Amino acid sequence: MNSIEHAVDQHAPYNSQGFFSKVTRWIFTTNHKDIGTLYLWLSLIMFFVGGAMALLIRAELFQPGARIISPEIFNQMTTFHGLIMVFGVIMPAMVGLANWQIPMMIGAPDMALPRLNNWSFWILPFAFALLVSTLFMSGPAPNFGWTFYAPLSTTYGPKSTDFMIFSIHLLGLSSILGAINIIATIFNLRAPGMTFMKMPIFVWSWLITAFLLLAVMPVLAGVVTMMLADRHFGTSFFNAAGGGDPILFQHVFWFFGHPEVYILIMPAFGVMSEVIPTFSRKKIFGYKFMIYAISVIAFLSLLVWAHHMFTSGIPLVSELFFMYATMLIAVPTGVKIFNWVATIYKGSVTFETPMLFAIAFLFLFTLGGFSGLMLSIVPADYQYQDTYFVVAHFHYVLIPGSVYAIMAAIYYWLPKWTGHRYNERLGQWHFWLTVISTNLTFFPMHFLGLAGMPRRIPDYALQFADFNMIATIGAFIFGFSQLLFLINIVRTVRGKGPHVSNQVWEGAHGLEWTLPSPPPYHTFSSPPTIDECK
Amino acid sequence: MIHEKGSYYLPSPSYWPIFGSCALFCIMFGAAHWLHGVNWGPPLFFVGLALLFFVMYGWFHHVIQESLAGLYNKQVDHSYRWGMAWFIFSEVMFFGAFFGALFYSRISAVAELAGDSTSLFGASALTHYLIWPGFMPHWPLLHNPDPSLFPAPKQVMEAWGIPALNTLILLSSGGTITWAHWGMIKNKRSHVLIGLLLTVLLGITFLCFQAHEYITAYEDYNLRLTSGIYGTTFFMLTGFHGLHVTIGTIMLIVILFRAYLNHFNSEHHFAFEAVSWYWHFVDVVWLFLFVFVYWL
Ligand SMILES: [Cu+2]
Repeated sequence: MNSIEHAVDQHAPYNSQGFFSKVTRWIFTTNHKDIGTLYLWLSLIMFFVGGAMALLIRAELFQPGARIISPEIFNQMTTFHGLIMVFGVIMPAMVGLANWQIPMMIGAPDMALPRLNNWSFWILPFAFALLVSTLFMSGPAPNFGWTFYAPLSTTYGPKSTDFMIFSIHLLGLSSILGAINIIATIFNLRAPGMTFMKMPIFVWSWLITAFLLLAVMPVLAGVVTMMLADRHFGTSFFNAAGGGDPILFQHVFWFFGHPEVYILIMPAFGVMSEVIPTFSRKKIFGYKFMIYAISVIAFLSLLVWAHHMFTSGIPLVSELFFMYATMLIAVPTGVKIFNWVATIYKGSVTFETPMLFAIAFLFLFTLGGFSGLMLSIVPADYQYQDTYFVVAHFHYVLIPGSVYAIMAAIYYWLPKWTGHRYNERLGQWHFWLTVISTNLTFFPMHFLGLAGMPRRIPDYALQFADFNMIATIGAFIFGFSQLLFLINIVRTVRGKGPHVSNQVWEGAHGLEWTLPSPPPYHTFSSPPTIDECK
Repeated sequence: MIHEKGSYYLPSPSYWPIFGSCALFCIMFGAAHWLHGVNWGPPLFFVGLALLFFVMYGWFHHVIQESLAGLYNKQVDHSYRWGMAWFIFSEVMFFGAFFGALFYSRISAVAELAGDSTSLFGASALTHYLIWPGFMPHWPLLHNPDPSLFPAPKQVMEAWGIPALNTLILLSSGGTITWAHWGMIKNKRSHVLIGLLLTVLLGITFLCFQAHEYITAYEDYNLRLTSGIYGTTFFMLTGFHGLHVTIGTIMLIVILFRAYLNHFNSEHHFAFEAVSWYWHFVDVVWLFLFVFVYWL
């Protein structure tokens, strides 16, 4: 980088002075770092919003009987908690990480289509305004769960359902535009010498995730469009009286829904593949196999959707196919877990906060994977379907999987982004409180489910009382310990911690660690040359 | 901001995206209220739509100015190519959802409602025995399981009339746009203009025929969105396709103007190519529609 650019490149686009230009900096920005920051803040805010809803649910379930909120509100809370955590927290966080990291990791000056990048982000607040506005309208907000099955959401859906439908259209548009941008960036903006097989696995995992997004978000848009038509224009996609079929909804929805879970988890795989080698001070074990494994998982994820529908009356042949296809996913996933463990093996491991989250990921995500295998067995699923066992399973996958990975990524890269070290002690407290309370909350749900407690129910039989009380206590500890996370982030962003070097972590490899901490507003305006770095 | 010659062009901050988001919000918020019979719904919807058109005009205008100023090098051009290609892929998946619904309904839902429990996806014939024992399977559906809710059409669309003609029209429009592309490569402006004009005219002809067909369906055949799953899939699939033809035709008209204004040369005409990709995509979707909605 030449000296002229150094003089010009500040950490802000121009001397933004005055309130108006400070606001417009963020609204009009075309800079990948700014947009990444916006995504991450949105995600953090929504994490507390969706989390507060979860605490309301858990508070109601603290003891049996109708206690705090009406069943109507309870149903709305389960719906919103799911939608917000999936679309408002995990997805934006992952896209935020992609925005910050991908250009720096592949030596690109920015994302390939910077204005479109701005639009992808700025659609989101409007989409959530549309969604959340339904909570303040007369009449119930959407109350049929985040899967919005027909006919609950068509024939019997409240009026506000239409706002949710349009909101999902916007969320889908944002994701599609974002995915296009990521693909164009990775295909087209790699620095000379950054071949595909030299790319960091985080970039690989996002490339494959972007393809999955493009494959399934339009299908989600399609299914909500069918809902809208059924609700208002007299069509009969999901109405048997006209020759349609409510089961069709489930097929189309889960064709999106299952890959969606992988969209939430695959960038997490990418984060793990960066964090674990750094703190093990070893290269990732089996780089190529990691990439093959993600690709195979992504491909298989398009062929397993009906494992969510084993009890809906689909024929035995389909059940068998989807059962075996689902089980097959355990193979590439096992390869990945094996490779991460093999990376740690005989490494000189240190346990900073990102690594702690990574290790918790290895144990607890694997646990979630195992309960997933149990659920994939058709006859067993007849027993588990729609019980708390399912709730336990997907929370083990999504919290120790995606959320821990996001936390690990923030602790890992925040020093690079801000130039300051986070408070390690606070980070460790956050980690231990989080990991203990996660298990306190969700482990008992396995037992509740196996004993037959149905999910999405505001009241329950007396024999479930003890485990529910434990789960609620765990949930509140989890919720409030996230304030430590917030405090740590705000402190670091405001420059409270000690300054860090360019390298930040002793064992870190990759282009982003060659840049100053914090990196200048524009990096790699002229592409770096990649030689033996990897 | 410094732009070295030959480096990747990074646009300065832009206000178009946020206006685009406001426009989308007004459209959606307005449309939802419109559906609920709120009287300020339609005005808000149209204000949003107008704003969206304004944003598209302004945004594209800006991009075109940058392009004409020579700010885009080969690499930028490639980004736009990847962007457009994968956008079209996402559109393919959108149509895929509706084709999926069509195939599922034809193969599984209708058979199941008729008491056939051997189909691939459906399993239970109970709906047939318990609710609509009189329902007979056939495609297109001329009797719905519950005719009081979904009155059946009197007649179905005939493939070998206007639809076949429309197939010919769209296929030849694919030919004329390719012919225009040849002109572009040879830098022959009049050749390009004639090719584009023919394509636009064929697109408009297609739309007129399609409109005529819809009127016939609604008025003479009693085939409507409310005619059960046949009418549903027929109108939703051909409707979304028609919408895409309309968008494609508007884009072609814009390109025609730009060609007239000498915006393109044999080296530099990605906008033209993007629209022609889109047009071919619309073309291919129609072939599938013709085969699976009209013919088989
Ligand atoms: Cu699944």
